[in-house]
Formats: sequence, structure tokens, C-alpha cells
Amino acid sequence: MPAPLIWKALPRAMPKITFIQPDGSQQAVDSDVGITLMEAAKIHDVPGIDAECGGACACATCHVYVDEPWQDKTGTPNPMEEDMLDFAFDVRDSSRLSCQIKLTPELDGLVVHVPAKQF
Amino acid sequence: MSSEASPAAAAPIETDAVIIGAGPVGLFAVFELGLVDIKAHIIDILDKPGGQCAELYPEKPIYDIPALPTVTGQELTDRLLEQIKPFGAELHLNERVDALKRLPDGRFSLITDAGTEFITKVVVIAAGGGSFTPKRPPLPGIENFEGHSVFYSVRRIEAMRDKNVLIVGGGDSALDWTLALQPVAKSVTLLHRRDDFRAAPHSVEKMRQLVETGDVRLMIGQVSSIEGEGNQLKAATVKSKEGEERIDVDAMLPFFGLTMKLGPVADWGLHLTENLIPVDTEKFETSEQGIFAVGDINTYPGKLKLILSGFHEVALMAQQAHKYVHPEKKLLFQYTTSSSNLQKKLGVS
Ligand SMILES: Cc1cc2nc3c(=O)[nH]c(=O)nc-3n(C[C@H](O)[C@H](O)[C@H](O)COP(=O)(O)OP(=O)(O)OC[C@H]3O[C@@H](n4cnc5c(N)ncnc54)[C@H](O)[C@@H]3O)c2cc1C
Repeated sequence: MPAPLIWKALPRAMPKITFIQPDGSQQAVDSDVGITLMEAAKIHDVPGIDAECGGACACATCHVYVDEPWQDKTGTPNPMEEDMLDFAFDVRDSSRLSCQIKLTPELDGLVVHVPAKQF
Repeated sequence: MSSEASPAAAAPIETDAVIIGAGPVGLFAVFELGLVDIKAHIIDILDKPGGQCAELYPEKPIYDIPALPTVTGQELTDRLLEQIKPFGAELHLNERVDALKRLPDGRFSLITDAGTEFITKVVVIAAGGGSFTPKRPPLPGIENFEGHSVFYSVRRIEAMRDKNVLIVGGGDSALDWTLALQPVAKSVTLLHRRDDFRAAPHSVEKMRQLVETGDVRLMIGQVSSIEGEGNQLKAATVKSKEGEERIDVDAMLPFFGLTMKLGPVADWGLHLTENLIPVDTEKFETSEQGIFAVGDINTYPGKLKLILSGFHEVALMAQQAHKYVHPEKKLLFQYTTSSSNLQKKLGVS
């Protein structure tokens, strides 16, 4: 069987993530698996992800809104993250802290929205 | 150790060294200065020592402190406090150093927001990422109301008498102020984004009783906008699952935690590079002789913002500080293991 067909059937080893800014502009990045969504944003200089605490779930400045179709795959905030979201602004049902989302091949194509302000 | 703010008119406190910031690096500076006979006072705007470790991650483990395979932010702070105890440094909490200037005699004067003045031979800036300040909700126009009808802390409860007070948040500050202001305010509305509170269970329970008796209004939602005239807030629009509601508000108290802002450090005439203080790597001295900068606040080629680096920096800093504080004395290099002189200072011999 020709290899390319298998490649197509498998999820990409480098998930593509799209960040949408409040003004509608989009930035798609190829990310490694195993790092967090926040780290992917920092590596690619995505504006609006501050991540003051460096990914320890201690500051709520890496807040994102997960695009509706992806919410099942990214899951819901853990209790610690839910507590930290109290320190974020304009929290919605789709709110997550991007440092708490581990990137897996299954998240290839993930779309998230960057909030207007991180505080 | 005391944390009482001195009254404005009190005589200045004279000392060898003042350390600005009681983070891990500021605390260890007490130790290294103490070993070379330099008496220090330490000042922090927070209500507790430990800086980022105590404020941002008290329960999270740190894995890269030499010889402590794992230690939480709070444990590290507690151990440092234990280690510096022999030197009896006075800790001044809830005070922010606002002014720093050199006096004609070469010493320095520092003045805090509580009016305390310190006169000191050397200054050690261990201000980390800056002073912890309350987060300002990004509501357009909020800065016009701050200090008049929007408050991040309450100095006098009486100022809230007969006011319609809106308290926003779900932690201890929000709950404590809800309970404290309810008896004096005209009305108290507690607004939180979810019906789940991080605050101490007994205050949550008290709040729920007051809600039941109609003495406090609990709203689950978020502020979407505020309006007012001049510096007087008049109303807030609250967005919730049920829709939007505009409520009358005379005073709003938002509690969204703390963030680090460089603050007054920027006003002291020191060279700054991107909000950091450049230092040399021999003495960790700033552009001003006698003023040192250690820990997260400083920068030099290769700088890593690690606690470990800060510990190293204070050891070298203390050597130079000794030259200014005790110019007549020659400093001998000694080990705490073998020097009876050092052990006496540590109270172990
Ligand atoms: C979530 C998280 C995890 C971390 N994990 C690690 C780790 O594993 N290992 C590691 O080595 N480091 C870690 N760090 C970094 C480490 O905490 C910092 O390097 C360290 O706290 C720096 O210490 P410091 O004493 O220089 O400053 P800080 O801890 O920032 O303390 C500075 C203090 O100065 C006070 N201050 C500032 N200006 C004034 C003023 N004008 N008047 C009065 N007080 C003032 C502030 O209020 C603050 O309390 C972590 C940081 C975070 C946020």
C-alpha cells in the first residue's frame, strides 16, 4: 500500500492550531505534540497570550475561548483551573486557560479565540 | 518581627541596610548580610513574606532548589524565615517603598506609603517583578472612578455608609468585605461569575444566610460595563445567563487578585532596561553606588530568573555591601561549617 494514504488517514504529528484575534485576524501555527497550547502560542509569538506565571495555572493571563466544535475534545477546566478563571475577565462557557490544554494529535485543526483583554 | 506601620511623624529608622521586597531573594539577603554583620530591615507591600512563592504558588512544588528535591513555595518561604531568624531583621509588611533618594552624607532615605522613613547605608532592591498590585478589570472608564467610587481595598468602613455597594469576586477578600460592609451600606450586592466560592467555608455560609434573609443580594454573572459622572460611579450593567441587568451602584469593589507592576522602582532615577535594573555580575550593584539589585528585578548577560540565581547574587552583593557599611574592617572568607565567629552569629555555637 502506498505510504501517503496511511499518512492521510492518520492525524498529523504536528497539529495545526488556529488563533483568532478579537479583530478577526487569524494565525495558524504548526505545533509539536506534548507541549501546551499556551507554549505553542508563546513559541509562535501569538499576541494576547500573556502567561505571566509561565504555565503554572497561577495567573489566568493565558485565557482563551475554545471554538465551539472543539470543546468536547479539549474538555472542561479542572477545579484548579476553574478557580483561576475567577481571576479572568469576560469568562464564558468556552473559556479555558491555554496552559492547561496539552496538545495531542487529536487536536489537529483546533481553533481558539484570543480574548480582547487578559487583564 | 513586626508588621505595624509607624505613624508619619515618627523618627526615621536608622539602619545598615534596607531590603526592598520580601521574596525568597530578599529574605536570603538578610542571611548573607547578617553573616557580614550588616543589620537589615525588610519591606514588602504584601501582607506576608515570600513574594511570588507565597502569593502565586504557595502549594506548588519547586524542583530546582539545590538539595531540596521538592519544596512548595510556602515551605521554601517558611524555611528561609527559619534560616534568617538569628539575624533579627525587622519585617515591615503592608508597606510600599515609594521614594528613594541619596542624602548629603552619602546615606539613603527611603519613604513608604505608610509614611515610615528609613535612613540606611546601603539599599538592596529585591523587588522581583515589581510590587503586587490589585488587578484592574478592563472596563472602559474605570480609572476615572478609582479612589472615589471604585476601590481595591477599603481603609475606612464608614466611607461606605448608606452606599449601594457592588462587590465583585469569589475569594476571601470579596466575601470578607461583603460581610463587613453589609451592616453599614445601604445595600450590598455580591457578584461572582459562578455559584461556587473559593473563600473560607464559614464566610460563604454567613454570606448565604444574609442572602436568605434578603440582607445581601447575590448575583451570578459578570460586569459588562459601568457608567457614572466625573469620578462618581452611578450604575453597572451585569451580564448573566438570564440576560443583562443595570443596577444602581455608588461604590464598586473589584477583587480579581494581584498582578506585579514595576511601580515606584521606576521613579528612583536608576538605569532601567525593559523594566529591569542592569547590574554588574561581581557585586550586583546598580548605576548608583550603594544601591544593589538582586533576584528577578535585575538583568545582566545570561540572567536566569531563578531563585537559585538570586541566592548566588545576594552572597556576592553582601561582600561589596560590607565595604560600604564597615569600611574599616577587612572581610575574611569563612565557612559556616568551621568558623566559630559565623556560628556565634547563627546562634549555633
Ligand atoms: C508559578 C511560578 C512558578 C515558579 N517556579 C519556579 C521554580 O520552579 N524554580 C525557580 O527557581 N523559580 C520559579 N519561579 C520564579 C521565582 O518565583 C522567582 O524567580 C522568585 O520569586 C524571585 O524572587 P525575588 O525575591 O527576586 O522576587 P519576588 O518573589 O517577585 O518578590 C518581590 C517582592 O518585592 C515586593 N516589592 C516590589 N516592589 C516593592 C516596593 N516598591 N515596596 C515594597 N515591596 C515591593 C513585591 O511585593 C514582592 O513581594 C516561579 C514563578 C512562578 C510565578
